Amino acid sequence: MSGTTIEISKARLPDITVAEPAAPGYWKTVGQRLLRDPVTIGVSLVLFSIIFISVFAPLVSTGDPYTGGVLRRLKPIGTPGHWLGTDEGGRDLWTRLCYGGRMSLLAGILPVTFALTIGGLLGVIAGYAGGVVNTLIMRTMDVFYAFPSILLAIAICGLLGSGITNSILALSIVFIPPLVRISETVTTQARQLDFVEAARASGTTTMQVIRYHVLANVLGPIMVYATSLISVSMILSAGLSFLGLGVTPPQPEWGLMLNALRQAIYVQPYVAALPGLMIFLTSMCFNLMSDGFRSAMDVKLNK
Amino acid sequence: MNIPPEIIAVDPRDRGGKAQPLLTVQGLTKHFPVRGGILNRKIATVQAVDDVSFSVRKGETLGIVGESGCGKSTTARLLMRLIDPDTGTLIFDGDAVGEERGISINAMRRQMQMVFQDSYSSLNPRMTVSESIAYAPHMHGLAHKDALQRAETLLEQVGLNPRQYARRYPHELSGGQRQRVNIARALALEPRLVILDEAVSALDKSVEAQVLNLLRDLKDKFSLTYLFISHDLNVVEYVSDRVLVMYLGRVVETGPVDSIYAKPRHPYTRALFASKPTLDPDRRTTEMPLTGDPPNPINPPSGCRFRTRCAFVQAICAEKVPILAAPVDMDDIEDAPHQVACHLPQAQMGGISYHA
Repeated sequence: MSGTTIEISKARLPDITVAEPAAPGYWKTVGQRLLRDPVTIGVSLVLFSIIFISVFAPLVSTGDPYTGGVLRRLKPIGTPGHWLGTDEGGRDLWTRLCYGGRMSLLAGILPVTFALTIGGLLGVIAGYAGGVVNTLIMRTMDVFYAFPSILLAIAICGLLGSGITNSILALSIVFIPPLVRISETVTTQARQLDFVEAARASGTTTMQVIRYHVLANVLGPIMVYATSLISVSMILSAGLSFLGLGVTPPQPEWGLMLNALRQAIYVQPYVAALPGLMIFLTSMCFNLMSDGFRSAMDVKLNK
Repeated sequence: MNIPPEIIAVDPRDRGGKAQPLLTVQGLTKHFPVRGGILNRKIATVQAVDDVSFSVRKGETLGIVGESGCGKSTTARLLMRLIDPDTGTLIFDGDAVGEERGISINAMRRQMQMVFQDSYSSLNPRMTVSESIAYAPHMHGLAHKDALQRAETLLEQVGLNPRQYARRYPHELSGGQRQRVNIARALALEPRLVILDEAVSALDKSVEAQVLNLLRDLKDKFSLTYLFISHDLNVVEYVSDRVLVMYLGRVVETGPVDSIYAKPRHPYTRALFASKPTLDPDRRTTEMPLTGDPPNPINPPSGCRFRTRCAFVQAICAEKVPILAAPVDMDDIEDAPHQVACHLPQAQMGGISYHA
């Protein structure tokens, strides 16, 4: 082309500063992502209503969970005065489901919480320390794996005596080994990452490294696994109650009610299925909710 | 008041003065056990680092080169005490590290920091960039707000606008930006020595050049000393004042960068340079490139470890371990600047010798 040179004067270009809005804080972004996830919102609402109904059972139920009557046995769903029917003792099923939730939720959540605290701690220690400490903790846990979990729970319950407290204790012990194993695995993986080495290289203490760098990265998978144990715990405690080792019969509890109504499955199949449905619904909600929270808290999935 | 500028500029932490090396490493050795069998007994050892000694002077950049698997990164981790050495002493500015009457490992770590090769895995994915940088100062007692403030200043100094990047997560940055964050993180404790373990190797060439220039600027600004570990001979030549060549866990040659690059004395160093790609057809080398893999460090050759791949090999090479000494064509004085670990004068001089 011709010898014309076009000079672009840099001085004339406007000083462009990209107006980047300040990034929102962590919890704010978590909240935003949760709001965009209808499934998690939905199951959380269902779960909260189940918990609400159980906690305020005397207010929302329609009668006394213990009074029944031979004439009112096994009424179908929709019977006037008993909108969810009655059980084999003629007791109002809605009332018993409300009260039963108290025990079932406790038996589901408490053992897992205890086991999570102890097992998670042991697992993180084993995974981070490695070597002899790891061998000691993990091989001890392997001993517990030799027994099927229900047998182990029965054995511990039998040793401690029956009662709801002892069955919760027994279930806590049952859930410690799997939680230790999961925590140990994820911690072993996390501690080899360079950022943990970098944190160690910055001269901070082991506790600080674990607290700020290891825990934040292992809690997600451990929590998801723990919530999946809540449903197992509810079912196991129902089994213990059935064997006379947990909740004792007149007291309402979903697992126990399911076992009792089992015999009426041909007479009133829908009524008999209700306690089971509650267990299913609750455990399902716990699983879906923990899954939703995990992905909302996972910064890497942020789009 | 006429105070010479070099007195004003003296770092209060500088205890031994200019002549005292910042870091002296003596006889550093690490043999990893290989366990196996039913009883998980030790069946072999990997001699990852074997009797390595060197010193790093104040304000210089010491480059460490060698093939992969020669113990460069293990040496870096041993220096940071991320793994414990079997034997060997570290002397940081006159103080023995981890010994009585010396300084503690954590005290040394505050003055010695490291930048890792993998820019992504060396940042906590759940921390924002500024939190990652602020972590160490905060843990060492700086108030959280002040630590974050320092992080933003550092981000600015490594060329990242804090308003734009401070609250981002590592996955939201490019490789070059992440490595800048890693450099800022390493500088957060105001160290005197920074170990750069293949810190630019994973970056593409244009970004690599930018980061290298940044490192050079930061070195001047904070009067840093670098230990630059790399397999890239061109980069090492560009940044280093002195070079250390490692082969299979041992130092085979060390000296000023000009001297080594102009006339490498060890046959391994020459072979390494011969494998360096060049774009100039007139400067193609006639030196034989290395063939084959390095021997297994589980069972390294006796004597000189390079003898199995060396064209000059003689009987003495298998019998005696060569020690570092001045090359044959140089004055043999104590602490010679250029040292080579080779028995044979003809091998050091690189006379033509082919296998029959």
